[in-house]
Amino acid sequence: MTAWQTLAVVAVVAGLTFVTRALPFWLFRSPDRPSAWLSDLNRLMPPAVIAILVVFCLKTVSLDAPKDSLAQLIGVALVALLHVWKRNNLLSIGVGTVVYMLLVQVVWPV
Amino acid sequence: MRVGPETKFAFRQTWPVLIGYGFLGMAFGLLLQHAGYHAGWAFLVSAVVYAGSMQFVLVGILSSGLGLPAAALMTLTINSRHFFYGLPFLKTFRAMGRRFLYMVFSLTDETYALFCQVQIPAELDRHKVMFRIALFNQIYWVGGSTLGATFGELARFNLKGIDFTMTALFTVILVEQWLSAALSARLSVLLGLACGVASLLVFGPDRFVLPALLLAVGLLVLLRPLLARMRRGGTTS
Repeated sequence: MTAWQTLAVVAVVAGLTFVTRALPFWLFRSPDRPSAWLSDLNRLMPPAVIAILVVFCLKTVSLDAPKDSLAQLIGVALVALLHVWKRNNLLSIGVGTVVYMLLVQVVWPV
Repeated sequence: MRVGPETKFAFRQTWPVLIGYGFLGMAFGLLLQHAGYHAGWAFLVSAVVYAGSMQFVLVGILSSGLGLPAAALMTLTINSRHFFYGLPFLKTFRAMGRRFLYMVFSLTDETYALFCQVQIPAELDRHKVMFRIALFNQIYWVGGSTLGATFGELARFNLKGIDFTMTALFTVILVEQWLSAALSARLSVLLGLACGVASLLVFGPDRFVLPALLLAVGLLVLLRPLLARMRRGGTTS
């Protein structure tokens, strides 16, 4: 690819990425008419969306890759338990990540 | 230079993203450099595209010479989930004046998740805090990408698994949603998990996110009267 072709691809990807982010603001552009269902939905949606993002992070978990899958599940369970217990972001994320790294580097290196 | 309380607060919220984006960005920069593009390209792409998974796909598009239509279609498919991220912030972002466009542009998975969770103290300027969170996250991403494309080869120490910070961050935010103890929030968490897992099993890891989101939103719309009543009816503890 020439530099110009690369620039064109980057511009298209950047432009359309912005479109996907701007679409809701364009579709619901009259804020003076607040609809009850939209504001209810906006309060109810984030927990479900975050739950789907967690599933997204764990999408490679499968029986075909038992070691890495187990490491990920242990990591997530540890983070969740630590967080329920101490509710300290630094502790939950820090310990969870270090344990996951030890699992995939030392305990079950692939 | 004085560092305002909003800046300090925003940094404290974003440090997990500093680690996650820093290293993921480096991985992206390194990959782009291996595809034959120097650090300037990594900086440019991370500055103007700013979408993690899409940028990794972009490296593939560039190195395989796929055309513009394919690039366009893949962008819309992979990033379609973004549609749902703006919805809770329609009013908030609009009230942010000249920062509005940047807030829309910079609404990544991680920034969205932080916004859903952050409890901004009343004495701080809410809009300033949100703008700084968004900006810091992008600085981490652009910085990581550029460093990765410049010095990536020098970092030979073993960082395998460091990207788990992002999984851990989302998990922490999910637990926070659960501990917020509103029954409707808990049901929404369970519904999201169920839709995510079901969609993953049906559609496979590469194309399950949009069906999962559509299913979850559809069910929330159907259950809305019930859940909204629960929300107004108070919280459990």
